[in-house]
Amino acid sequence: MFETQKIETNNSSDPFWTVVPAIELRDVCLSFDDKLILDNISVSVRRGECKIILGRSGGGKSTIVRLILGLLKPDSGRILVDGEDITDYSEVEMMPVRQKIGMVFQEGALFDSVSVYENVAYRLREQGHEEAEIEREVTRMLEFVDLADAINKMPIELSGGMRRRVGIARALIGDPSILLFDEPTAGLDPPTARTICELVIKLRDLQDVSSIFVTHEMNNVENLSSEYATVNEKGEVVFEKEGDKLCLINTEILMMRNGKIIFNGTDEQLKSSDEVYVKRFIRGER
Amino acid sequence: MNPLTRFLSELQEVSLLIWRAFISIFSYPRYYAETIKQMDLIGVGSLPIVLLTGFFTGGVLVLQVFPTLQYYSIQNEAGNSVATSLIRELGPVLSALMVSGRIGAAISAELGSMVVSQQIDAMRALGTDPIRRLVLPRIFSLVVMLPLLTVACDILGLIGGGVVASSIYNQDYHVFATSVRVGISTSDLVSGLIKPLFFGLIIGAVACHKGLSTTGGTAGVGRSTTDAVVIASIWVIIFDFFLSKALQYLLDLGQL
Repeated sequence: MFETQKIETNNSSDPFWTVVPAIELRDVCLSFDDKLILDNISVSVRRGECKIILGRSGGGKSTIVRLILGLLKPDSGRILVDGEDITDYSEVEMMPVRQKIGMVFQEGALFDSVSVYENVAYRLREQGHEEAEIEREVTRMLEFVDLADAINKMPIELSGGMRRRVGIARALIGDPSILLFDEPTAGLDPPTARTICELVIKLRDLQDVSSIFVTHEMNNVENLSSEYATVNEKGEVVFEKEGDKLCLINTEILMMRNGKIIFNGTDEQLKSSDEVYVKRFIRGER
Repeated sequence: MNPLTRFLSELQEVSLLIWRAFISIFSYPRYYAETIKQMDLIGVGSLPIVLLTGFFTGGVLVLQVFPTLQYYSIQNEAGNSVATSLIRELGPVLSALMVSGRIGAAISAELGSMVVSQQIDAMRALGTDPIRRLVLPRIFSLVVMLPLLTVACDILGLIGGGVVASSIYNQDYHVFATSVRVGISTSDLVSGLIKPLFFGLIIGAVACHKGLSTTGGTAGVGRSTTDAVVIASIWVIIFDFFLSKALQYLLDLGQL
């Protein structure tokens, strides 16, 4: 099920097999002018894992997803997607890599001059798929985000939450194995934010999608790291709490501050962390 | 960054943009529908203002020049004088300035808005090169449509001149038309069609570059739009001088 890669060890001539992470950043540094944005960042996202990147605005969270997509280039360090080193890829070389990554932007970033259908169909249309297949896939994706009724609407007619969900449908089309969420719940009311989180949980638990979820809201962390999706006897998707007997291992939290990683672990470890900044962040203090 | 370094840096970026758009012509995918849409917006959409500009410029040229020609008793040369000015100089430059104001601003504002709302990033994330999808169709449409608009401007300018000559100065329309026909050479026509090709390239490249380099939210879109129109207009006027000199040399113009 998992892709594997031969790794030569330093102390032995025998190779051993290891799982290739979906995303890996190794010692990445980035500065804009004189300001250090990312300071020696190393992150690894396993297949089927959801990595929540937490932190206040300006901490360098969104920069990480932009680096993975090749929208920015690091000053130093390496970036690997599915074991492929994309650090020095040109815009043309990045195009096939981007086909396997879906990105959900903060405000949805929908193309406002075309309909919801055309927005969701965009990737498949660019790849030259037939109209019948495009229509089938667009309908499937809009049903997944529960927006089948909005298919012919223009983005301007949608609410903030609907725009994000269309953004998710657009990112999901073509079944990418990696999804990047850049603050998808920012500015949304709690029930709508929860709907977005449920979509992410469904993708993580039922479709084995690897994802990075950038956020500054603890509610999202609570939802994503304590609930899981499963299918009941009737074939319906239900969400259950992990409880005391079960511990989700496919969700980890990484906290950033001023371009540095100050925490990396599970939600339980986050809550019991002795780091002053982490404690204050959890309490919502500045 | 000092002004000279900034200027050189911008010049480099615009040149790179033109180069990347140019090499996109030779590979797939090609966006024919987008190109035709842009040609319609730029060409058909700008036609009314260019026709009005041409008509009244031709008219005012005759209005200004006729009394002087009459003083020297060479008023029959009014058509020649208007045709030469319009076709060589005023038609291409005024059409370019009109299109720069209307289309340069529109392109810069549209692309700038797409940048600040992350639509350009989304496009790249979905595997599309924005230069191929957005820049090339716009520059190509400007390069194709501006010469056609210039021809329309020239024709309306000559009609405007003829109307003023006959209605205000009672010159026989045939005299004006004959003077125009005698006055225009093939070199004039070629020169009048070469200039807008370059002007279209300048307007398109500057507007797209300014739009794509927008920063600072909606206020930044406003700045980019203003910059695009001002810079493109200035470059049209500066480039017109050097282009005129080069065409004089190449087409043996100005030897009246």
